[in-house]
Amino acid sequence: MLEIKGLNAWYGESHILHGVDLEVREGEVVTLLGRNGAGKTTTMKSIMGLVPRREGSIRFRGAETIKMMPNHVAKAGIAICPEERGIFGSLSVTENLMLPPVVAPGGLDIDTIYQLFPNLKERARTAHGTRLSGGEQQMLAIARILRTGAKMLLLDEPTEGLAPVIVQQIGRTIREIKKRGFTVLLVEQNFRFAQTVADRHYVMEHGKVVDMIPNHQLESSMDKLHEYLGV
Amino acid sequence: MFMIFGIPGPLLFGQLLLGLINGAFYAMLSLGLAVIFGMLNIINFAHGALFMMGAFVSWMLLNYAGIGYFPSLILAPLIVGIFGLLLEKTIISRLYKLDHLYGLLLTFGLALVIEGLFRNAYGSSGMPYRIPAVLQGATNLGFMFMPNYRGWVVLAALVVCLSTWAIIEKTSLGATLRAATENAPMVQAFGVDVPRLITLTYAGGVALAAFAGVLAAPIYSVNPNMGTNFINTVFAVVVIGGMGSIMGSIVTGFALGVIEGLTKVFYPQASATVVFLVMVIVLLTRPRGLFGKAA
Repeated sequence: MLEIKGLNAWYGESHILHGVDLEVREGEVVTLLGRNGAGKTTTMKSIMGLVPRREGSIRFRGAETIKMMPNHVAKAGIAICPEERGIFGSLSVTENLMLPPVVAPGGLDIDTIYQLFPNLKERARTAHGTRLSGGEQQMLAIARILRTGAKMLLLDEPTEGLAPVIVQQIGRTIREIKKRGFTVLLVEQNFRFAQTVADRHYVMEHGKVVDMIPNHQLESSMDKLHEYLGV
Repeated sequence: MFMIFGIPGPLLFGQLLLGLINGAFYAMLSLGLAVIFGMLNIINFAHGALFMMGAFVSWMLLNYAGIGYFPSLILAPLIVGIFGLLLEKTIISRLYKLDHLYGLLLTFGLALVIEGLFRNAYGSSGMPYRIPAVLQGATNLGFMFMPNYRGWVVLAALVVCLSTWAIIEKTSLGATLRAATENAPMVQAFGVDVPRLITLTYAGGVALAAFAGVLAAPIYSVNPNMGTNFINTVFAVVVIGGMGSIMGSIVTGFALGVIEGLTKVFYPQASATVVFLVMVIVLLTRPRGLFGKAA
């Protein structure tokens, strides 16, 4: 579904990605693991077209998107939940939820979203999205892209800095949306969490993918993984 | 004749009304500036010139095409709005990656060019525009006579200002605009064509200025400098209200018009400077303006 070959990306003078290769098949949940600064977030932003300069090939459902503007990538059916969550303070919770335009049929309807995220229903009338707690903001950031009909979701560290009980809820959500046929590329620092949701794991180092570990081999690859992640 | 604070009532109310009229123009112009600044991060110095174009286009529609005042209220903002759209597409959009100052210089230059062209073609003495027949005459309000046209201007300005506010604060289009003002790349990554939204925002702000220009045509003579006379005060209004605040521009616009009007009654010598005095006081006590949000 998503096929990345030889992806390079730059921020100004700094060359961040040095030929990333990875593939995500339809219906999979795939994680990007790696230390801080390995290029995980830059990979996500490059897929979306949110970096100043990128080269290489990103094919989505067979079509090349490397030259597309972010709005066209979104229209093609890829949606991002960014690391900083991107909740708008000048918009109410409901406005935040309804902001992303629908790009294709097959998105979740509001009732289903409220079933998945009961907190959001309670907080729907909150006047400023940024008044929500960190966990609620994260739910909102995920919920709003489930509405749009985009079937390829880029989730950038959705569990970062959240309480264990909320991390569990996000884990349940990811398994639930996988069941509903969404495809997910997930950036994670916490491979213990990644293990509970993912089919495969790519390991990144210095702007490159250096390894791919299927989830069932994760336990037997622990030594290798500890070395990669330096934990 | 009844007196208030030793001032004849009709004089006081007359100046109050004049103040409201000026305030209506301040509000409409600073509203457009605020919307444009929020979205484009450009201080649109061409705003006064585009206001003047609104008045001129309605004059031309009347004198060359026989199209009257009321159709002009729609047509002139549309025509000038399209002109603004072309300006943004061809010239202004090239500056987004540069410092604010370049946008300010460019639009200031555009204002000089536009005003120069009209001065060349029509001179600077000004041309009259008749008040439409249905709005001629005056109404006795009991405490004063109000010229109907002036009442109409205040009413029309209020409706336009509040509709603009409602569109921005209460509709989904407005939510998208506010979100793009906050974080444009994120909104674009949701599939919104942000460059087009920016172009349309500029055109919308310009159309507001042109609408104000049409309303102004029968009150002030239609002349190339009519925008310049207003724009200095309007910038003070924007600074006082707080850059980018929609309700702030509306309230501040009307309030400063009234303050200016009242100063004309009680201490006429200060009427031209009172707005700037308020600006100094506001900047000293609340540097981000009365309604501005913390950066």
